[in-house]
Formats: sequence, structure tokens, C-alpha cells
Amino acid sequence: MTNHAPAEITAFVTASGTRPSDSLSADTLRDMYWMMLLSRRLDERAWILHRQGRIAFHISGMGHEACQVGAGFAINRGIDYVHPYYRDLALVLTIGVTPEGFMLSLLGKAGEPSSGGRQMPSHFSAKWLNILSHSSPVATQVPQAAGLAFAIQYKIAHGLQDPHDDTKPRLAMTCLGEGSTSQGEWHEGMNWAGVHKLPFICLVQNNIYAISVPMERQMAVNDVADRAAAYGVEGLVVDGNDILACYDVMSYARDKAYAGDGPTLIEAKTYRPVPHSSDDDDRSYRTRDEVEQWKKKDPISRFQKVLLERGVLDQNAINDLETKAKAMIDAAQRAADDAPYPEVAPNLDPRSVYAPN
Amino acid sequence: MRNMTLIDAIREAMDEELARDERVFITGEDVGQRGGVFRATMGLFDKYGPTRIIDSPLAELSIVAIGIGAAMADLRPICEIQFADFIHPAMNQIMNEAAKMYYRSNGTWNVPMTIRAPYGGGIGGALYHSQSLEAYFTHCPGLKVVIPSTPHDAKGLLKSAVRDPNPVLYFEPKKGYRAIKGDVPDDEYTVEIGPVNVTHTGSDVTVYAYGMMAHYCLQAAETVKQEDGISTEVVDVRTLLPVDRAGILNSFKKTGKALIVYEDNFTMGYGAEIAAVLADEGFEYMDGPIRRLAGPDVPGVPFSHPVQEEFMPSPQKIADAIRDLAAY
Repeated sequence: MTNHAPAEITAFVTASGTRPSDSLSADTLRDMYWMMLLSRRLDERAWILHRQGRIAFHISGMGHEACQVGAGFAINRGIDYVHPYYRDLALVLTIGVTPEGFMLSLLGKAGEPSSGGRQMPSHFSAKWLNILSHSSPVATQVPQAAGLAFAIQYKIAHGLQDPHDDTKPRLAMTCLGEGSTSQGEWHEGMNWAGVHKLPFICLVQNNIYAISVPMERQMAVNDVADRAAAYGVEGLVVDGNDILACYDVMSYARDKAYAGDGPTLIEAKTYRPVPHSSDDDDRSYRTRDEVEQWKKKDPISRFQKVLLERGVLDQNAINDLETKAKAMIDAAQRAADDAPYPEVAPNLDPRSVYAPN
Repeated sequence: MRNMTLIDAIREAMDEELARDERVFITGEDVGQRGGVFRATMGLFDKYGPTRIIDSPLAELSIVAIGIGAAMADLRPICEIQFADFIHPAMNQIMNEAAKMYYRSNGTWNVPMTIRAPYGGGIGGALYHSQSLEAYFTHCPGLKVVIPSTPHDAKGLLKSAVRDPNPVLYFEPKKGYRAIKGDVPDDEYTVEIGPVNVTHTGSDVTVYAYGMMAHYCLQAAETVKQEDGISTEVVDVRTLLPVDRAGILNSFKKTGKALIVYEDNFTMGYGAEIAAVLADEGFEYMDGPIRRLAGPDVPGVPFSHPVQEEFMPSPQKIADAIRDLAAY
């Protein structure tokens, strides 16, 4: 087993030498920390529920919180299109999905917001937040997200949308893992984005492993971002465990998209400290030493340290947030436990398959 | 009324929908300046410009996927697949994505998209320019599958497809693009996606078909009427999915004899579903075997002319099959 140790990545700085994250208020920084923490604790609860035999399946976003929350805070949340993938728990929570909604999906209960309990957990969708519905085959969302971005460009070109109207989506962002960039669908979506200079952001959350297959068995380049050049798209690498660096690079890509200056491929280098899913055992394909090395780069403890140093948080505030997260997750779990299962008949009725004319 | 070809009716439907709704756009390979390899979009590029008639990269999956994304953002894409034979790379997007979107999002996201694809043999297209693929897609809940056989229906069904809130696969019998002519009303109209249509009334035998075969069946019905005095009812299926079970059954109640004609491979073709509907729901009306006339079970239509001609069901073969069944 090859060791994939974390590497130092230089923080992204704009042409003017500034960092967009420098102007974030203390309140916003605390909110960002809160979303990371809430996602982590909710994710941990899902693992516990699985090990207790109370849920059938969990697929984790653990370790990815920095790039997801950083991305979520950079865009117009709930307005800009987001076509996520199954690890995007922290991202969709940041946009407005609730812990209760996630708990309902874990248990397949009525009122589950993504699919009404039809899809597996973590197959997110929330139309009221402009979060698109995705499937399990990977990278299918990428060319669709290019289609969303194409629609934005089309509406602006035909006067159907004011380019400065911030109540309308002005970019489409999609997420996927590095393994998914081996799919032809990723290539075809990137190609459209490049040809038409679409307001499009592709956030590749590179956690080194596609289930068990490491990066070097997936592609012959060190950085997915290198591939962007082939599409005439700008490709940027960012430390995916540094939330402020992720926010910076996402803000840059957002401004570019809003200005009509085209798409960006962002490769966030991160790590999944847990198995691929509740059905996986990662001991067969990576060393414990490697996992421990990456745990030292944990995005939440790193951000906590920054906020403590800056005086944005103190230990009391951290403890309060922990208490709040636990209470919220407990309440979500109780609500989901108490919720009924969906009615069977309407879900098996062929009439539920077609939108009414 | 005007007499026009099938392809002119298809083009007129797109032209009217482009003029009616600015959200409608066309994308596909060579649909722009070239006007499509069959000229289905001829003149539309000059009329509506490159931002609405959009030459796609040579990648069918992306044509469909861009359409799905744009449709979910409330545009009304018409995606052209140059030949149905080239649709396979887009299967994942059509069957796993477009077809399942409404259901998997519990009725929140929908995909108002039309996919046009010329299909069918008899034009020297061999294995990869002749395929009939409707049966793959009619096995997929969430799609609507439409195949017109007359200019009237071609125009009216395509306009309905563009306005439908669901993904509609619209297969065009390319052999009939210029061979089939018919009357088209001057005024605005649509044809509802759903009901089958009786195009020739009769009482001895019912023939079910769609696309080019529905056209051939009309010819065969006239032949057996003139030569043998057999009264044939032709049911143009035209919407294959959702299945109009009541419409299919109706004619059978009268004749008790059914011949189903399709140019796809015989085994597991769309005719099998029609046969099953009749066997199940029409048993008490049955007055003979339910017969299918279809292409042989070889991987495609071969190129060499005499082999191609023998592969295809023809008006003559259909007439013979009607005679056989009438005599049963």
C-alpha cells in the first residue's frame, strides 16, 4: 500500500493580493464553524445508528466539511444551482437542508425532503433551495449542471433574466470525487462548460480513494486540476481541509461566473477518514498510519485553532456549540423516529411517475 | 389544408414552437448552419440564430444531459440525436436520469425535454443507421415514447412533446421523411400524446403498427381489400408509452384477429406488449392467433440491398400475413 501523506498547498491569493476570507465578519466565521461542527456530529450520529442496527446504510461526508462549507458560504445560498453528490452533507446543510430532513432520509420516513423516502440516504435534492436531485451512478450530475449553467447564460442572452438579479441563479456548481472524473460524463460536461464559457463551477473533492482505488490507479496526473486546460477551463488546486482557503478560491470562481468570465475547475485536496460507506472496510486498502497522518489535518480542529487564535471563539463558546449540536441532532432523531413510514400505494402507482400536463 | 412531407411537418412544428416560446431551443450535431443531416432544422438557424439553434459537440450523452439541466432550469430543449443508432451513449442520461427525475425527487423536479431521433431501416444504412430502438425505452417508466406515421400527427405530436412537462422520446421514421405525404391543417393544432388512432376502418382483421410500418399497413389494407375483399382495421399506435391499453383493445373486440407489425427485431419487440394486452384483456374476443410480423433476430439491418429488403417488413409481406390470418 502506497502512503498518501498530506502535502502542503499554497493558499490561493487573488491578483490584487487580497484574500476574500479576510473580510468575513466574526459572526460569519462562527456560522461557518457551526455548519462544519453540525455536519460532523450529525455524520457521527449516522455511523452510530448504523452500528446499532437502526439504519440500513450511511455514506459519509466526514473530512470534507471545509471545502463544502467554504463553497456553500461563497455562493448565493439557496438561489444558485447546486448539483451535489452523495458526500455533500455539510454543503446541503449549509444551504438549508435540516438535520431532521437528513434523519428522515436515513430512516426512509414520510416527509423525507429529497425523494419522499424513495432514494437511499444522502441522495440529496431540495428544489426550494435549488439543490438538484442526483442518482447513484457517478458524474451524471456534471453535464446536467453544465446544462443548468447553459440555461442561465441563455436566459441572460435572451432577456429572460437580468444578469444582476440576485434572486435568480447566476451560476451552477456541481461536486464529485476524483474517481468520478474518470467518467466520460465529466469530460462531456467540462467540454460544454469550456466551449460556451458557462457560469459553472466544478468542485472536485479529491479524497485520494474511489472506494479502494487510489488516485494513481485512476489517472496519470498528480492533479485533477491539470485536466482543466484540455477544456480551456481554469483549474485550481486548494487545500480542501482549510476552509478559508476554500472560501477564497470559491469566491474567485463565483465572481468570475457572475461576471460572465467562464467556468472554473476547483480541486480540493482532502481525505475521507472513514470507510467509503457503512458497507466498506478501509483496512484492506490503506494503512492506519496514513489515516492518522490525515487526522492531524482535520478541517474542524484546524479551523477551531484559527478561530481561537483570532479570538472569534473561546472554549465556552465551543462547548455551547457542541451542546447545541447535540440537542438539535437528538431532536431530529426523535422526530424521525416518531415519523410514520410513507404510504405504500402512492409510491407504487405508475401515475406518480409523470408530471401532470 | 396543405399537402406536405413528413419532414416538412416536423420542421414546421419546431418553427412554430420556437416562435411561440422563447424558452424553446434546439441542440444536436449539425443542426445549425447545416440544417441537420436530414434537413429537419433547415432554415431555423437563419431565422432564430446561433443562440437558439445550437450545434453541439459530437457527443450524444452531452446533448441529452445539457437538455436535462436546461429543462430543469425551465427551458424547453429539443435535443436531436442524428441517428437513433447513436443514442446508446446517452442511455444513462435518458433512462437513469431524465426518466427517473420526477419520481426520485418525489415530484419536485421535472424534465420538460424532447429528444428527436430518426430511426428505422430500408435506406441502405446498415447496422448503425437503421436501428429501431423503441422497445428499450418503452420498458422505462418516466419516459413518453412517440412515433408518428403521418405529417398531421408528426406536427401535432411534436408540438405536444415540446409542451409536455416530461421527457418525450420522439422517433421519426426516416425512410418516410419525404416518401410520406399528407394533409396538414393551416391553423394551429396539437395531437394528444396517449391515444392510438384508427387510420383505416375494417372488421375482419386488426393490424397494429407505428411509424413507417403504419404507413405500409395502410397500403396493405387497400391491397387485400381490392384483391381479396378482406376488411382490415389499421391501428396506428403512435404513442407507445404510456400504453393506451383500452385503445389497443377496442379494435380487437370488433375483429378478434390481430397482426402486429414492427421493423425492430422480433423477440421482445414492442409488439410483444400489444400481444400480451390482447391475450390478457381480449381473450374472450379472440378468434385466431395473435401474430407478429417483424424483423429477424439478427443484430441489425445488413447493408447489401437484397438482404436489407428481405429483413424489412413490406406492404407485400403485410398483405400476405393479413390474408393468412383472415383465412384462419
